Amino acid sequence: MKVRSRSDLETLRAEGLSTLYPSRLKISVGMATCGLATGAAAVYDALRDEAARRDLDLMLVATGCLGYCQQEPLVEVRRPGRDPVLYARVTADRARELIAALAEGELPTEGALAIIPEEKPPAGSKPAGGLPRLNDLPFYSRQHKIVLRHCGLIDPASVAEYVAQGGYEALAHALLDLTPEQVIDEVLRAGLRGRGGAGFPTGRKWQICQAVPIQPKYVICNGDEGDPGAYMDRTVLESDPHSVIEGLIIAGYAIGAHQGYIYVRDEYPLAVERVTQAVARAEELGLLGENILGSGFDFNITIVRGAGAFVCGEETALISSIEGGLGEPRPKPPFPAVSGLWGKPTVINNVKTLATVPVIITRGADWYASIGTEQNAGTVVFSLVGKVANTGLVEVPLGLTLRDLIEGIGGGGLNGKAVKAVQTGGPSGGCLPARLFDLPISYETLTQAGSIMGSGGMVVMDEDTCMVDVARYFIGFTMAESCGKCAPCREGTQYMHQILTRITAGEGSVEDLELLEEVALWVKKASLCGLGQTAPNPVLSTLRYFRDEYEAHVKEKRCPAGVCRALIRLSILSELCNGCGLCRRECPAGAISGEKKQPHTINPELCTRCRICYDVCPVGAVEIVR
Amino acid sequence: MPLIPQPPPPAGGALLTRLHAINAEHGYLPEEELRRAAEELGVPLSQVYSAATFYAAFSFQPRGRHTIHVCLGTACYIRGGEKLLEKLESTLGVRPGETTDDGTFTVETVHCVGSCSMSPVMRVDGDTYGRLKADILPRLLRRYQTEAGGMSDEGT
Repeated sequence: MKVRSRSDLETLRAEGLSTLYPSRLKISVGMATCGLATGAAAVYDALRDEAARRDLDLMLVATGCLGYCQQEPLVEVRRPGRDPVLYARVTADRARELIAALAEGELPTEGALAIIPEEKPPAGSKPAGGLPRLNDLPFYSRQHKIVLRHCGLIDPASVAEYVAQGGYEALAHALLDLTPEQVIDEVLRAGLRGRGGAGFPTGRKWQICQAVPIQPKYVICNGDEGDPGAYMDRTVLESDPHSVIEGLIIAGYAIGAHQGYIYVRDEYPLAVERVTQAVARAEELGLLGENILGSGFDFNITIVRGAGAFVCGEETALISSIEGGLGEPRPKPPFPAVSGLWGKPTVINNVKTLATVPVIITRGADWYASIGTEQNAGTVVFSLVGKVANTGLVEVPLGLTLRDLIEGIGGGGLNGKAVKAVQTGGPSGGCLPARLFDLPISYETLTQAGSIMGSGGMVVMDEDTCMVDVARYFIGFTMAESCGKCAPCREGTQYMHQILTRITAGEGSVEDLELLEEVALWVKKASLCGLGQTAPNPVLSTLRYFRDEYEAHVKEKRCPAGVCRALIRLSILSELCNGCGLCRRECPAGAISGEKKQPHTINPELCTRCRICYDVCPVGAVEIVR
Repeated sequence: MPLIPQPPPPAGGALLTRLHAINAEHGYLPEEELRRAAEELGVPLSQVYSAATFYAAFSFQPRGRHTIHVCLGTACYIRGGEKLLEKLESTLGVRPGETTDDGTFTVETVHCVGSCSMSPVMRVDGDTYGRLKADILPRLLRRYQTEAGGMSDEGT
């Protein structure tokens, strides 16, 4: 079929509702990359095969990611007329047991995490006995999902399900009822700021571009999510690709562009696949192409797969990469809104920014502006990862504190350990100490504290993380990813890396700390693009908040966290060792010896201090001597 | 206007798409394929070569049958990605960028595959494995050594 009008959208909506809320048993498996990494494919196969073996009538669906990655693989069981039940940490065996129980008309309680009440529960629906509602779990109770609104709840391959949830309604409204100026005005009044990290007002960017009297114009979706520790763009592209496509078409209409690009990073093969399928499907339906929804507006999208260059997340580098050149940035101004792709006016927006646009158009600027705080409207998606109890994607209104996020939603440190710091904003951001956790989260507060909001990566660190080593890690990252075009970034990151390597090797001096700070400040001032200008942030923020750790390294030649290899040694406590031999087998250096059931010993000459023995010892007999 | 007329540039993303296609077909970028790409896209060979060397996704060397990417993104790094790499290096006897003598595995490191909540993470060809511990590596590798590869069993 072709969708040529609003009433065609209604037809599609009916189709979507019939698969979202079927009148037979439906099981959905979260099969975004997080789920797949923990065995969701095997769970899916087990469900399918066992249902076939037992002749159980079943609709089996692969959905995207619900965000609660800690509990993956997640499986949702929906029986007609009942609230769906969500099962956590499902294995292939548990999947078979689940089918066996369902075949008997039962619903097992083991492994059940919550019920997911449906927005419009079918008549006569009953909540399953004793389980909390998903949105009442501590992980979800303070979340407000806008960007992630459909993730894990719809089949990403189904346009109809997207439409059934209100998708493409905003596109129809924008194209058929609003002028481009009205669309821009709505986004401007909503107060939406670029979610790629810089926080530039999206409506303002569109306004600037629209005003340039040059054609053709282009819109680009920046899906080159390179910050390590952040994966929300991947999740949206994998779980709800049509929200991004819809946002991109609306952006194109607003500025007067007829060609869009979605640039996805190479490390996200599933996102590339899903978004490519979604674009093809939208083309088939006429939601892309000529005369969209009978409006007279034409728009096409090309997918570009990146090739493993962090710097391409920088907008001018990304543009150069699409043009077929190297992914190297150029000085700004002129900004892309004035002179971008092929020198033409170009709007470039992040995945989350674009996924937010349709909601603003549908629900209105006032609604969106009422969420969050005055200067920081709306919600932001964070990836809560590292040494935190509950890892996953969380979307919260701006203005919540870091403590709300890390302790409330995240449940505090991993294995009950004390959280020492949180690193926000990836390699461009900084490390904030636990004493600042009452800081409300906004673009401004994080910047003032020496970090940045960035793309939303939030890596939690505990007492076993060495902050000097973390600084060295990040500078190593930016050193490797620096494109080499400008000297301050290319040489400066190498120089900082040398100093940090010296310090972590126990060969640093007090003067090195001054030198490090001086180099960091110059790299910040003199670099060409955001990569270099922000690369020193991890160094400067750790020097500011964790100077005692640096001083322990240079003055006492000691690594308080027990991480830096040159400053620690490992030994086995003979009174605790039961001679199980696990450490001996796992030691990659063959440095451990000992007879069965006799205390083992480590040969310090061979030991590389990788600490695998420390991790695997079941009785805690391995000691890190600092 | 340039003094010498320039050929029209290739379509947006065309060069990257072409390089990906060549790399996927051969496992690396053979010289004759790059020459053909330059000719067909109407761009100088120097530009094709500089793009090919700029991006981490492309290789000028043939690869092993399976490529292992050990993730060293921030979350993986602080939750033991380096230990995983060290164990892999000692098990296979290769360093990042190298291929085992029998041509089975090429080991690489990657700056984040975006599965940070499952750290530490490793990717073998298209399969991502999360919540890894160093001691399960030998078992995981055996799957790829024995069969043609691919994940059929439970995750880890």
